Amino acid sequence: MSKGVAITGMGIISAIGNNVAENFQSLVEARKGISRISKIDTIHKDDIMVGEIAYSNLELEELLGLTPENNYSRTGLIGAIAAKEAIKNAGIKDINKYLTGIVSATSVGGMDMTEQHYYEYLESDTNRRYIASHHAGDSTQKIAEQLGIDKGLVTTISTACSSGANAIMLGARLIKSGQLDRVIVGGSDCMSKFTINGFKTLMILSDTYNTPFDENRKGLNLGEAAAFLVLESDTVIKAENKTVLGYVKGYGNANDAFHQTASSDHGDGATLAMEKALKIADFSAKDIDYINAHGTATGNNDLSEGRAIIRVFGEENIPEFSSTKAYTGHTLAAAGAIEAVYSILALQNNVIFPNLNFKTQMKEFNITPQLKLKEKTLKTVMSNSFGFGGNCSTVIFSKEQ
Amino acid sequence: MKKVYINSISSITAQKTFDNSEFLDKLIIHENQVVFAVEPNYKDYIPPAAARRMAKGIKMGVVASKMALQEANLEQVDAIITGTGMGCLRDSEKFLSAIIDNNEQFLTPTSFIQSTHNTVGGQVALELQCKGYNFTYVHGSNSFESGLLDAKMQLELDEAQNILVGGVDELGDHTTKLNKIIHHIKDEKISSMEILNSKTKGTVFGEGANFFVLSNKKQAFSYAEILSVKLFNTLDHTELNEIALSFLNDNHLSVEDIDTVVLGNNGDVEFDSHYYQLTSGIFKNTQQVCYKHLIGEFNTASPFGLWVASKILKNQTVPGALKKNDLATSSFKYILLYNMYRGENHSFILLKSC
Repeated sequence: MSKGVAITGMGIISAIGNNVAENFQSLVEARKGISRISKIDTIHKDDIMVGEIAYSNLELEELLGLTPENNYSRTGLIGAIAAKEAIKNAGIKDINKYLTGIVSATSVGGMDMTEQHYYEYLESDTNRRYIASHHAGDSTQKIAEQLGIDKGLVTTISTACSSGANAIMLGARLIKSGQLDRVIVGGSDCMSKFTINGFKTLMILSDTYNTPFDENRKGLNLGEAAAFLVLESDTVIKAENKTVLGYVKGYGNANDAFHQTASSDHGDGATLAMEKALKIADFSAKDIDYINAHGTATGNNDLSEGRAIIRVFGEENIPEFSSTKAYTGHTLAAAGAIEAVYSILALQNNVIFPNLNFKTQMKEFNITPQLKLKEKTLKTVMSNSFGFGGNCSTVIFSKEQ
Repeated sequence: MKKVYINSISSITAQKTFDNSEFLDKLIIHENQVVFAVEPNYKDYIPPAAARRMAKGIKMGVVASKMALQEANLEQVDAIITGTGMGCLRDSEKFLSAIIDNNEQFLTPTSFIQSTHNTVGGQVALELQCKGYNFTYVHGSNSFESGLLDAKMQLELDEAQNILVGGVDELGDHTTKLNKIIHHIKDEKISSMEILNSKTKGTVFGEGANFFVLSNKKQAFSYAEILSVKLFNTLDHTELNEIALSFLNDNHLSVEDIDTVVLGNNGDVEFDSHYYQLTSGIFKNTQQVCYKHLIGEFNTASPFGLWVASKILKNQTVPGALKKNDLATSSFKYILLYNMYRGENHSFILLKSC
């Protein structure tokens, strides 16, 4: 049994950068990656704004050195880029030297290809190779292949917008229980017409820049991203004398059991998730230095999450909190993973990223997100992720074990 | 570490498996390449109005969950873990074809909401009002097994005492067409009783829901103890015997200790060779049991294998229709399950009688 769950590497690709360094630069410069959609032809292009990754599929395929006959979905492509950066960052040369697994999260899977060729598949065999890459597990298998993980534990989680956080949670438990020495955890979701239209029918897409925790928030911007962390056991850290970026200290998962797509008014599930995470970390609320909130900028989430934060911390004792969704958009199953990278960056650099686009205080409570970049000695960061199906997850990262 | 037991089982498949007082007593011989679930009377478990709104996968999942809780004499569980390869596939198809057919106009959210992979897990939590741990695994033919491993880990460490774990997948028309085109579904019709000896490519597709209450408290009615669960991403079929042996060895068992092997053969001539490695190799003299010929192949067909193995251990008998070879076994103590799909996502599960 491993006591600590060390983070030794991270990788990311999002609308605000193609790697960790670029993402950090954008975060501290308050540079958001939200724009009109350019890579998908949709009738909603003038009604929505999105967070797109700069690279085209062709460019991503070139970066990965794939042949034209490959059948990678965009989810697989961006996932492989981020996972490879994480492995490199962790200084891993021989992936199979230790018992290594991968836990990835996705909600879109290979839907981007399916929606392009759905009927065409029946008529022509040109793109039929993508039929088998539709299912959610395929992108994870592709990433495993890119990393050279063959026999190890490879699995995929899909709990809507909490998926990425759950992948980290499972990875931490696999290390703690001694099932694995090393596990690559994270998530990947590309943009698709399917999700754009899905969220459109739910009427929670903003027609302009999303504004988390603002009284006049109009909804979310969809984003695409992938991010992965390398988690390693105490044994590996010791044997390899590794640099540790931070630790997964606590995690909590609960279900709101309220509504298929809406959060309960007072955030019961969110409250439970945060409380469980504190308990696992053996922390009390006052030990948390910064909260990277889920903060999707929908009417429902920000109210419910805000109330839950108040329930857990008390209105007077809430540490600085901010949502980074205004930078990246809501990246669904990848959100928990990219925000884990942001949480580690916050810890490493002792800096709190601002909650962009905020203008008006919400009426229902008096808590206000951090609006300016702030330097503060950080020992711990809490990251929240909530999703459809009532899925609520919280992960706590710490500098020290 | 605590031991982990299967305290209840429930199954909805293309056979009449939802009545646990039977064990495949009356077989349905299917003749098609696609076999649909034989559904229980849903309104015994969910109000008709609610049932009408639910996708088939949700209905099967929610009802199988309720049946599993009922058999375990439980009102509530500590966690709900669901495996599904494709989620509510019909709603995904419905929403996607509506997007394409109507050029992104006149869409309603219902099918989008239901298409989300974790819908069944979320609906079960809603029905049970269960605020506990809730996970959905979506990793092909290891979707259910990932959940099983997760549950086992929690129960062993006593983080939970009772966990509902299950697998559910439904058939969708368009996806069926696509799988026929790429020959993952057989070109020709075939009878259930011929599948295991088929010499052609592809398999027969099915659907269903299989749920279990796992617990670290043994009951008089427990079916089996789960000794070990192991997942592999890819394995070469030439190394299977060696891998199976080392799995048994890790559990301090030898080939002779295994009373029955339960295998995921699906009649695909291209891939059943994996199973053949074992049935002609180390398990040549062991009783061999198969089940997918009766219920079809789907990403979460393998939990039906666990249902079968649980039944064998409890009833101490193997129905004739499941037997792959003619070796008779008088008593059943240890059962090994092995499954994979198209050479990927392999799993071994080891059970012991209670």
